[in-house]
Amino acid sequence: MSERGLAQSMSVLGRVPGVAFVLVALVAVFASMSPGFSTAPNLTNILLQSSILLLLALPMTFIIMTEGLDLSIGAVLTLGSVALAAVALATGSLTVGFIAALAIGLTFGLLNGWLIAWLDIPPFVTTLGTLGIAQGLCLVITDGTSIVGLPSGLQFFYSGYFLGIPFPLVIAAIAYAVMHGILYHTRLGTYVPALGGNREALRHAGVNDRVVLAVIYGIGGLMAGIAALLLTSRISSAHPTAAIGMEFDAIAAVAVGGTQFERGEGWLLGTLLGVITIGVLRNGLNLLAMPSSIQVICVGLLVIVALFFDGMRKAHE
Amino acid sequence: MSQIEAAAPKFKLTVSRDVTDVAYRLLAVALICIALSLVSDAFLTANNLLNVLRQASLVFFMASGLTLVILTGKIDLSIGATVGLSACVAATMIKSTGSSWLGAAAAIGVGSIVGLGNGLMVTKLRIPSFIATYGMLWVAQGATYYYMSGQSVYGFPAGFRALGSGYLLGIPIPIYLMVAFLAIGYFFTKRTTYGQQIYAIGANTVAARLSGIPVNSRLNLVFVLSGAMAGLASLIYLARLNSAEGDIGETLTLPTIAAVVIGGTSLFGGVGSLFGTFIGGLILTLILNGMNLLNLNANWQPLVTGLIVLLAVWLDMKTRSKTDSN
Repeated sequence: MSERGLAQSMSVLGRVPGVAFVLVALVAVFASMSPGFSTAPNLTNILLQSSILLLLALPMTFIIMTEGLDLSIGAVLTLGSVALAAVALATGSLTVGFIAALAIGLTFGLLNGWLIAWLDIPPFVTTLGTLGIAQGLCLVITDGTSIVGLPSGLQFFYSGYFLGIPFPLVIAAIAYAVMHGILYHTRLGTYVPALGGNREALRHAGVNDRVVLAVIYGIGGLMAGIAALLLTSRISSAHPTAAIGMEFDAIAAVAVGGTQFERGEGWLLGTLLGVITIGVLRNGLNLLAMPSSIQVICVGLLVIVALFFDGMRKAHE
Repeated sequence: MSQIEAAAPKFKLTVSRDVTDVAYRLLAVALICIALSLVSDAFLTANNLLNVLRQASLVFFMASGLTLVILTGKIDLSIGATVGLSACVAATMIKSTGSSWLGAAAAIGVGSIVGLGNGLMVTKLRIPSFIATYGMLWVAQGATYYYMSGQSVYGFPAGFRALGSGYLLGIPIPIYLMVAFLAIGYFFTKRTTYGQQIYAIGANTVAARLSGIPVNSRLNLVFVLSGAMAGLASLIYLARLNSAEGDIGETLTLPTIAAVVIGGTSLFGGVGSLFGTFIGGLILTLILNGMNLLNLNANWQPLVTGLIVLLAVWLDMKTRSKTDSN
């Protein structure tokens, strides 16, 4: 290879995001260490589990691009699941239950947005407070126990197929397409990075930045409500701590995917790769019989490594 | 000492604001006490009041280190997980060596190391503190669960347990410790260069750096102190509970942040005091104690604490923006 060709291929490699290398490396390691990893059922399982996380990580990308954060999204998902189960049991209708989950999610999302945009409370403390409220409501409603005995039709939403494709993947694909469309093809999408990078300029341009922020957090809550349907279907019950802490995986996926916590730079495809990376990491460690405590530590270390290389690259530039 | 003089007018302002802030909060304490003594006969007993102070002391130890971090304009979300990890390491250390002193050293050592990790992520890797310490929360919690593997450690020497449940002249020992640390903390924050630099960093980090304050090393210091105080709190918690399990610190972060913000320390840095945090911890403990006396299920605690945090930050910002515009 000529020197010029080498330089050219290096610059092409340089444009491949770091997360892709990490993903390939993880897949190679797990495939060689665990014979069960690269089987079709397991790979499908990774995608199915990732679909729930993707629903949280997509809006989290938007939120982090605005220099915000949503720590409540895991607890809101859990509360949505509890509401879905409780309402479905009380009314006998899954549809009404699902509407309840969506309503809970949207309410909490808009509440977060209102507290952050109108009352100017910093996002991390706002969502830490609403995390406590959502978690508390879960405990109060369920008294700390699981809600079981849900209609059997519920199982379709996690294990059913639509046109031969697993239903959660259909939901995830639609969610991705919608969020991609919003971020890259609407006016709202152009406001998202501006909210993080230069809010003053946006305000001077006559944009109601508060409404935009509220809409973004509202979308996050709504997505958590949709995720509640998949989660409740997956475990065929609702548990008051089912998805507590899932916001950590969502934030990790966004960070590993290359979205910046400052300056409003974000990348939706990176988040998708980040979600799959976290899914592969957890699944592979699971197959190697690593407890969830080790998995959490590995996710945390992965984020630190990602941010470390990101910092080095920024320093280089 | 030119850097101190440069920031001096700001301090004069914060001290006077501190006084009025504390006065309002003492009024709140008095009102809550009156209300609780009206609705419950059990409230105004020496036993219950000492119990409230003892619980408030636990909150204070965790919240005092966090106050220093928040004064610099940063945050430490890993407090609860640090308490959990320190408590579990200390518990197994005491059980295996029989020495309470080694256990104490382990708890404070582990806390300091976690704090240093937080500090380095913020100062060296330039990760926003709410992300770095939030990641640390999960890493420390994962390490705790792995270390304990579902077991619990219990039954410590009587001498150690006195730290949490002993009495001296009829007053619980943790209360003496709290008063001592409040005095040390007051001296440190208000009367030393270190303390004034912490306020200056929070008031305006860029100005602090330009005036020659070693910002990064002070930030590392406050994160280490935050971790070390969490380690100390874990000892008193351990001595009180007489047992340690993996989930010991899980629910502690939100109340700790609540105590600091109720106490009037601004999340934007530069304004607040350790005495305010003590009062904040007292207010929170009184409310939780009142819920307890009224037989309200403990499941309501995270909900109420969450509401209190939001209300306290909102009130603080409202009063502050008013005084600022005057």
